Amino acid sequence: MQLTLGPVLYHWSPERWRDFHYRIADEAQVETVVVGEAVCSKRAPFKQDYLPGVVERLEAAGKRVVHASLILVSLARERRQTRELMASDEVMVEVNDLTCLASLANRPHAIGPFVNVYNEATARFLAARGATRICLPPELPLSAVDAIAAALTDTAIEVFAFGKVPLAISARCYHARAHKLSKDNCRFVCELDADGMPVRTLDDADFLSVNGVQTLSHSCASLLRDIPALRQAGVASLRLSPQDCDMVAVAQLFRDAIDGRLDAAEAERRLGAVYPGIPFANGFLHAVPGHVRAGPGI
Amino acid sequence: MELICPAGTRASLEAAVEAGADAIYCGFCDETNARNFPGLNFTREDMRAGIAFAHRHGVKVMVAINTFARAGALALWESAIDDAVEAGADALILADVATLDYAARRHPQQRLHVSVQAGAANPDAIRFYVESFGAQRVVLPRVLSVPEIAAIMRETTCETEVFVFGGLCVMEEGRCSLSSYATGKSPNMQGVCSPASHVAYKEQRGEVVSTLGGFTINRFAKDEPAGYPTLCKGRFSTPQGSGYIFEDPVSLDAATMLPALRAAGVTALKIEGRQRGRAYIAQVVRAFRRSLAALDAGMPAPAAGLAAMSEGQASTVGAYRKTWR
Amino acid sequence: MAHPDTPHLDAFHADMAPTDAVPPTLPALVALALRPLPLAPLQPALALMLRRIGQCHPRLYGRLGEHASKRFGIDPTDLPFRFVLEPRPQRPSVRAVRSLPKGLDAQIRGPLSALIGMAEGSLDGDALFFSRMLVVEGDVEAVLALRNAIDDARLDLGALLFGGLGPLGRVLTEVLRRHRQPPADPLGARPPSGARPWN
Repeated sequence: MQLTLGPVLYHWSPERWRDFHYRIADEAQVETVVVGEAVCSKRAPFKQDYLPGVVERLEAAGKRVVHASLILVSLARERRQTRELMASDEVMVEVNDLTCLASLANRPHAIGPFVNVYNEATARFLAARGATRICLPPELPLSAVDAIAAALTDTAIEVFAFGKVPLAISARCYHARAHKLSKDNCRFVCELDADGMPVRTLDDADFLSVNGVQTLSHSCASLLRDIPALRQAGVASLRLSPQDCDMVAVAQLFRDAIDGRLDAAEAERRLGAVYPGIPFANGFLHAVPGHVRAGPGI
Repeated sequence: MELICPAGTRASLEAAVEAGADAIYCGFCDETNARNFPGLNFTREDMRAGIAFAHRHGVKVMVAINTFARAGALALWESAIDDAVEAGADALILADVATLDYAARRHPQQRLHVSVQAGAANPDAIRFYVESFGAQRVVLPRVLSVPEIAAIMRETTCETEVFVFGGLCVMEEGRCSLSSYATGKSPNMQGVCSPASHVAYKEQRGEVVSTLGGFTINRFAKDEPAGYPTLCKGRFSTPQGSGYIFEDPVSLDAATMLPALRAAGVTALKIEGRQRGRAYIAQVVRAFRRSLAALDAGMPAPAAGLAAMSEGQASTVGAYRKTWR
Repeated sequence: MAHPDTPHLDAFHADMAPTDAVPPTLPALVALALRPLPLAPLQPALALMLRRIGQCHPRLYGRLGEHASKRFGIDPTDLPFRFVLEPRPQRPSVRAVRSLPKGLDAQIRGPLSALIGMAEGSLDGDALFFSRMLVVEGDVEAVLALRNAIDDARLDLGALLFGGLGPLGRVLTEVLRRHRQPPADPLGARPPSGARPWN
């Protein structure tokens, strides 16, 4: 089972974003790295200057580099960015919206977790049009992962295994709204929250995180304890979604758990030290509410 | 422009027909339907009878089979498609690539509409659905301004349908797991959002607290109007303050945008609310019928008088006017 | 469809009526006059009404599904008695009681005219609910199923009451007629309170 580092979903400073990927290139035990801006088209220009250097460093380190497309494409600017991404035959695109498919026709590409692949028929349709890797939506239960992976033996099926879970995307920016700004004049206030802006209930329970136009869970997915079931299902890769913590250490813990050097309970205990103060959850995989921690060893 | 009206029961379907709908949309009472709510929707027999009634009155019926098929259980969605075709549906409203592909191959003559749940928000996405499945209409997600809709119409020959009244999703439709994060039930899979089975109201220090899956979604003072705990319309707290961090409790009313929507080239106007009662459906459909008649006569749109039907007695034109963002 | 579009009961539907309409409570004198009435004579009339509903509206049970076996408390706040409804397809029952027993699955509370308007489909249940005119406790899903089933059945409660309840039926039908227009929202368009507003 391989590991994939997902795209940084938050608005980190360009330098921090670059240095993060340099360190991943040099130290992290992951086979694939997804780069680029998936969440907000306004943020994309910040990364542009550093992107070639990041890609070069990752590829030099032997990582497969995949370029994320935008999740929501409605503005002219967003269509232009998406077209530009598609223009080069050299890059492997991760499709996060079916917008891309009309132009990617039959060119090998990856499907990201924001495309609604809920069943084997949809997965087969996409594979027939050039999808070689499919990261399934985080909402899917194990039974669906099982059925899809069993039906698509030639396509690498990936599952969202670590990170706050992306739950929704909007045309409106909730970071800007919280700061009483309009989206067009947002002053990039989302940069203030490297790990998302916490959203709590009125009685002060942790609940969600806001990342600009995106809403994520407060809890952090951890499928460490589910690795045997996922392996059994034929899952080819686990996705680790960058949070504001030591992602090299996160990758190492998942690597060690996959290779059997660490038992899952111990790996998860150590994961709690690497990313402290945030509860782990795997409810979606167990077909219960997503915020719940369920399954073996609980 | 056609007026497309909701129906959650046969009584509502008949009310919508009588109130002047050009077409009705409705779905089966199971998880193939993104409005899979208790006590609502159509059995196979209801569907045949409902379609026959509508056709007798010259009204079309579109069947929404707009959830994403469960892996390993595609037969349920396929039989819904087959049965809707057999019942005489004028169009199928589909969201999943799997169901679109099945319907296009199995029933090549059947008219297919792309559900709002597919989130086709630009001409390239629409082109994908037209070229892959021969889709003839797309229901646009509620994230677009009127100029953006006009721009889409310039680039596509596909018909478009837009929402003009009713509940407003603030997240992009079809890509929201907020409900299943709190309750385990999602719009995409089970066809429910913030399901009643997970809702509770309790009194707490003189206030009514509404919870969903155990999470407090809102709190109301003694006589303050209460809300249904729809996740994206709850009050929460952030370091910047607390309140309606996603959306105020308002609903969409685009009656004033009808001239602009017609100028943009929109084919059909859709009213949300398959879960609402006959009273709502009759009143809203009648009001929009009047607005359309006035529009055709070149008169200014009469006041719809629907403020009371809207959440918080407040309405918004939503994304149609760009300032909403 | 929240889903899909949005969920089934949109938040904060205000009431449908113009704000200057008459409040929907039963005239105090009528309520006072009803108070000393013994409840026992009501039972056969209620039973008859329920049987008629069951006979005339067979689809109702299909819509209620599993919720048909639940016990609903119906509490018209301006009447001196309440009802316990058990819609079961086999032995449906409705009983008039002075106060609701414990252990009900769900309770629906509101002015009689609001309850009747909703049952007849002339009032929008969501709107009543959100205006706080109707209060729901317990199994919200069961209440919703009951509401949807009844809305589809197009009950004519006036006829049912008139036919089944004798003199009381006539009183209630008169109330029904006078209050058929939707009740006012006694709250007006009050701004939300609670948490510190910032938008």
